[in-house]
Order: sequence, then C-alpha cells, then structure tokens
Amino acid sequence: MREIEASRITEVVKRLCMEANEHLPEDVKCAIRDCRACEDGAIAQGVLDNIIENFEIADRENVPICQDTGMACVFLEIGQDVHITGGLLADAVNEGVRQGYAEGYLRKSVVKDPIRRGNTGDNTPAMIYTEIVAGEEIKITVGPKGFGSENMSMIRMFKPSAGLQGIKDFILEVVETAGPNPCPPMVVGVGIGGTFDKAALLAKKALMRPIDSENPDPYYADLEKEMLQKVNALGIGPQGFGGRTTAIGLNIETMPTHIAGMPCAVNINCHVTRHKTEVI
Amino acid sequence: MEKHITLPLTAELARTLHAGDTVYLTGTIYTSRDAGHKRMCEALARGEELPFDPTDATIYYVGPTPAKPGQVIGSAGPTTSGRMDAYAPTMMSVGARGMIGKGARLPEVVEAMKKYSGVYFGAIGGAGALLAKCIKKAELIAYEDLGAEALRKLYVEEMPLVVIIDSEGRNLYEEGRAAYLAGRK
Repeated sequence: MREIEASRITEVVKRLCMEANEHLPEDVKCAIRDCRACEDGAIAQGVLDNIIENFEIADRENVPICQDTGMACVFLEIGQDVHITGGLLADAVNEGVRQGYAEGYLRKSVVKDPIRRGNTGDNTPAMIYTEIVAGEEIKITVGPKGFGSENMSMIRMFKPSAGLQGIKDFILEVVETAGPNPCPPMVVGVGIGGTFDKAALLAKKALMRPIDSENPDPYYADLEKEMLQKVNALGIGPQGFGGRTTAIGLNIETMPTHIAGMPCAVNINCHVTRHKTEVI
Repeated sequence: MEKHITLPLTAELARTLHAGDTVYLTGTIYTSRDAGHKRMCEALARGEELPFDPTDATIYYVGPTPAKPGQVIGSAGPTTSGRMDAYAPTMMSVGARGMIGKGARLPEVVEAMKKYSGVYFGAIGGAGALLAKCIKKAELIAYEDLGAEALRKLYVEEMPLVVIIDSEGRNLYEEGRAAYLAGRK
C-alpha cells in the first residue's frame, strides 16, 4: 500500500491544465506540418501556415493555443494499492483545475446549470473519469475539451444488421454535418460497442490516444486508415475552405456489447487536440 | 484577391468584398458572443440603445482568455458563428454590417446580409494566440458580469481574415470545397 497526498494530485492537475493548454502534443504538430506539405491550394496552405505559426507562438510565449481552453476532462487510472490521504479525490482534482485555470490565465467556460446557465467562475467542476487498475501509481491525463467541436459530436444506437457499412456511413455523416464548424482539420474519435454511455466514453478516450498510434487490433487499425482517407476525400479542408486535409487523425476504440446492439459514438475534436499525462 | 481595408465597413466598402478574398482588417471592432447578443437583442426589443453605435459596425464573435500581465488581451480566436444566427439579422437591421467568426450560417442570415450589404469574415478557428497579436487595444464597454462574454471594443491592425460569405450571398464554404473536389477529378 502506497500513500499519496491529495495535495500532490492537486499540484499535478494544476500543472497539466496549464501545460496542455499552451503546448500542443508533438504527434499533432507533426501531423499538421505533414498536411501543410501535401496541400496545394493557396487558401488551404495559408490556413495551415497560420495554424503552425499559432502553436509556435503558444509554445514560445506560454499562452493558450486557443481561447476556448475547454472543460477540463481528467482521466485518472488509480492503482488499487494506492491510498489517497489528506482529502477527497474529487476535491483535489477540482482544486487543481481551479488553480490551473486561474494561474494560467485560462478562460472560465463552465456554467453551473445547463438550462439556467451562470458561469461558475473557476472552470470547475472537472469531468472526472476514474478507473481502478493494478499497481500503486496514479496516471493522470488532462484533456481540455473545447465545445466548437464537442457540439458537432453524435451517438447512435445501431441494429447489429447495420454492420460495418452502417458504422462507416455514420462516421462520414458526422464529419459531413460538422463541416467547417469544429475548426478543421479535425481529429475524429470513434467509440463502438459497450452501452450508450460507454460508447461515448470510448470515443472521448480515442481522442486522448496519440494520432500517430494505431488500434492494436489489425481489423480496426485498417478501419482507422480507411476512414481517415474517406474523411479526407470529402474535401471540407482546413477551416472548411476546401482542400485535402479535413482530418489529421482518426482513432477507434471498441469493447464488447449486447447481442441486440451496436452503439457508435463519434466525438469530434479540432486541430487543437490537447492532452497531457503524468504518472505519480 | 488580397485586400487591406480600414473600418468602418460602409455598404460601399462591403460590396467590394467577395467570397474567397483574403482581407487584412484595420480599425475598431466590437466583441460579443452568445450571452451578449441575447442581451443586446433584448435591449433592442425594449426600445433601448445598444452599448455601442451599431452603424457600419463589425462584430467579432469571441470570448478571449484573460490577459496576462503586460498583454493587451489573452488568446482571442473566433467562436462558432451559428450560435449567433438567431440574433444576427436583428443586429444587421440596426446597422451592424460585418461579422467575424467561423462555421456555417443559416439561410436567413445570408438573406439579411444580401438585404443590408453584410459581410461574414472567417478568422482561423483555434489560432487565438496568433490573432491576439493583431489586437492593439481592448476596452471593456458593457456586461462585465458575463466575464469572457462581456462586450469589448477592440482596435485591430492587419487582422488576417477570409471573406466566407459576401453581400451577394456567395459562399466560400460551398465554392472552395466544390473547386477542390472538381480539381481532384
């Protein structure tokens, strides 16, 4: 049994909120640069040049890449031999978000009620996902999620007879409907299987996986490649102005599901696909 | 075509801009997004004046991050314009003409643009750090309680934009994509 102070979790979450919002992951930067090299239209090239210049400014000056610094999605993989002391886990995470968004001059984008609105003023509460795993460490991932892209995400409960074709058509339908709204080039996270709620969570987790990685199952790794190609054949292009690069990555996560169902969720992210992980 | 323009956006100036033009904008603009537009339209419905003169005005759909010490403004890229579609025709009816944002607009907004010689400019979504560099002055003018959504008066220099929809209703989202797909065949 290892003891971890709640204040340690607060300190890490705070730092990850700031770093994730200021520094884009290397895999995303590489993908954007590669796509710039492949575009031939002047407008598409200009857009990608500006996007590259933007993340370079953010890196250099430690400022937010995007003004929508998101809702703080916090994933915690907690070793079952860990004992958290000195406070409650959720309080520790929310305190980290509170401090990170204040000290990092990040935007407070959370309202306290979905219908009656009213800003909470400190970007809490975080969206917290916990998983109990083996070991005596805690792996913390902070993925700030902007809502321009979140708003363009969808979930559908398919009949199993819809099959693979149903899933393929749905992914393209979601991207087509999103069009220019989610700040393309986008990253597409697909979750297939589980229950209604689990499919959505899988899609969100797919966005946390590096876009230069692939699903360990070759069947889905091939599907990722095929669907990325099909998404890019839509021609929506950078910012929707037309071009080759509609998406820079497409990740699929799956799990077993019921004999009667085939849930599929598509979570869209923008080119500012941010996440940062630390193990304590 | 590349154009350098200075505000205010008169009807005459608006009509010289066409979908697909790259525009570098200089002058005074106003920020507003969801909650600010709702309040302004409610004020107009009550017969009250707006916090700024809407005549020939350009509105930037943005909710910036807080300015760090020494900064004029924090990161300040566009938000999705479609959420302002319910209010945009009303704003144009009282004189506002330019809109800066990103994403698709409803047909009724395009119709209002044709009627009032409106122009919809696109700023690059997700390029908030870069766009902040063009903002030389920022002043809070109303609705301070809305935080990031408060109304601000900005002075911008050479702000890089693309005309997405022009005053004739031509649309770069449709034309740019069609041109790319036609070129691939």
